[in-house]
Amino acid sequence: MSYDVVIIGAGMSGLAAGIRLAYYEKKVCILEKHSRPGGMNSFYNLQGRQFDVGLHAITNYVKKGTKNTPLSKLLKQLKLKYEDFALCEQKSSLISFPDVSLCFTNNFQTFEQEISDKFPSQKDNFYDLCKHISQFNELNLNSTPVSAREVVSSFISDPLLVEMLFCPLSYYGSAKEDDMDFDQFVIMFKSIFMEGFARPKTGVRQIINVLLKKYKACGGELRLKTGVKHINSRNGKVKSITLTNGNVLETKKILSSAGYVETMRLTGEKIQPDNDRIGKLSFVETIYVLDREPTELGIDKAIIFYNDSKKFLYRKPDNMVDLSSGVICCPNNFYFDNSLPEGMIRTTHIANFDLWDNPSSNDYRAQKIFWQKKSLKKICGVVPDFTSSMVFTDMFTPKTIKRFTGRLNGAVYGSPRKIKNGKTPVENLFICGTDQGFMGIIGAMLSGISMANLHAMN
Amino acid sequence: MSKEKIREIIYNIIKDIAPDEDLSNLDDTKAIRDQIELDSMDFLDIVLELRKRYKVDVPEEDYPKLATINGCVEYLDPKLKGACVS
Repeated sequence: MSYDVVIIGAGMSGLAAGIRLAYYEKKVCILEKHSRPGGMNSFYNLQGRQFDVGLHAITNYVKKGTKNTPLSKLLKQLKLKYEDFALCEQKSSLISFPDVSLCFTNNFQTFEQEISDKFPSQKDNFYDLCKHISQFNELNLNSTPVSAREVVSSFISDPLLVEMLFCPLSYYGSAKEDDMDFDQFVIMFKSIFMEGFARPKTGVRQIINVLLKKYKACGGELRLKTGVKHINSRNGKVKSITLTNGNVLETKKILSSAGYVETMRLTGEKIQPDNDRIGKLSFVETIYVLDREPTELGIDKAIIFYNDSKKFLYRKPDNMVDLSSGVICCPNNFYFDNSLPEGMIRTTHIANFDLWDNPSSNDYRAQKIFWQKKSLKKICGVVPDFTSSMVFTDMFTPKTIKRFTGRLNGAVYGSPRKIKNGKTPVENLFICGTDQGFMGIIGAMLSGISMANLHAMN
Repeated sequence: MSKEKIREIIYNIIKDIAPDEDLSNLDDTKAIRDQIELDSMDFLDIVLELRKRYKVDVPEEDYPKLATINGCVEYLDPKLKGACVS
């Protein structure tokens, strides 16, 4: 078989890139090693219940008709209707630190007001920072990385507010420990604070199904359960790709969403495990099903980002899990037309991949139970105790993430060094998705679109 | 294909790429991107649609010639001569 473009990975970026290329009549094939599409944002069924992996909320939400935003660009590029994603807005969210918390909604004025109430001395500084962010072109593919902490601290003089701004933005998209590139910060700031959170009622399945349907309607080919064994290149140029089932596909170009290091290893390049391109940040997530709506228990926020001290640490922890901070997501607390079948709470903490990867399988299970209990206790100090309403619990770890996505270290946000233009040392091999650097679900799709447009249309 | 027909083709493509834009007041002599919201990704789609619909290839160095509607018509006229009206 011979293709114009082979795409590695049927996640958000791969599917979006596939739609563009198939729509414009390229012969394109997406390879996905897992049995279902979605990548970092997938889903599973257990005991008759449907669960999402990855997606808490879609960032970049804007109301219908709002122009010149990532969501509207994406819909235009993929020839989709606004209604296709069936997005329902969040109620409100919270950044919770000791003694001070900041509420935000999809109306940015709520957040501005909170900051002028809680940090009166920072009101003008925050205004100036927002102005700088609004005028900043974060989608520039040729930018050089600048420390976001340095830029933000040059505007905001209260270190506590700096920490509070970094907490949600790091959790939802930073591959870098304790800092972000400023353009990543801007992407996240706009997508979370200036635009906002939304969810389809049926979760990530809605998005994946829309993308799949569009891709197939455009004539694209998808092969599930098809891993890549080797990318065959000669003189710095890809000739073909060998699959784990032994088949060989010839292709003019490859667009890979598997991660930069993961992809380069497929070409045979030796990259040491301590290479600074390999991400270190992974997470544990626990899903609790409740016998009632979380609001009945006094939990009314869509998403809470908490940190239990004045300094927010965002780095690979020394323990298996770092409970000092976390994210609590309540999928029920969005404006759906009618309520979800069950109450649900999802919690996320930073975790240490190596420690989760090592134990024997018995110990692994014991550690899961141990940390899930410890996490629950911590979470029930941040929100009202929901223990007596729990009817089902499931947990996944960095090891689970690695197993299903192939991402080294289970690093959800990939490499700390992004490759904005998607280029690799191999002439016709390009990177899209997480390691290219547009974050979030909408960002990931835009990454696929941009890289397809830039490298694979001619 | 007549120039009037080519003009219609361009309008149809823009309408499909940017369905939310009002094209009724578009000035054919002025830059399209100054009048409606059309970013570089959308602009690329004009080129891609021309290729998909009429098999016309526009090399990147010629993109500036497509800045106005009149520019598009002049540029495409020799390329679409003899092309069927679809």
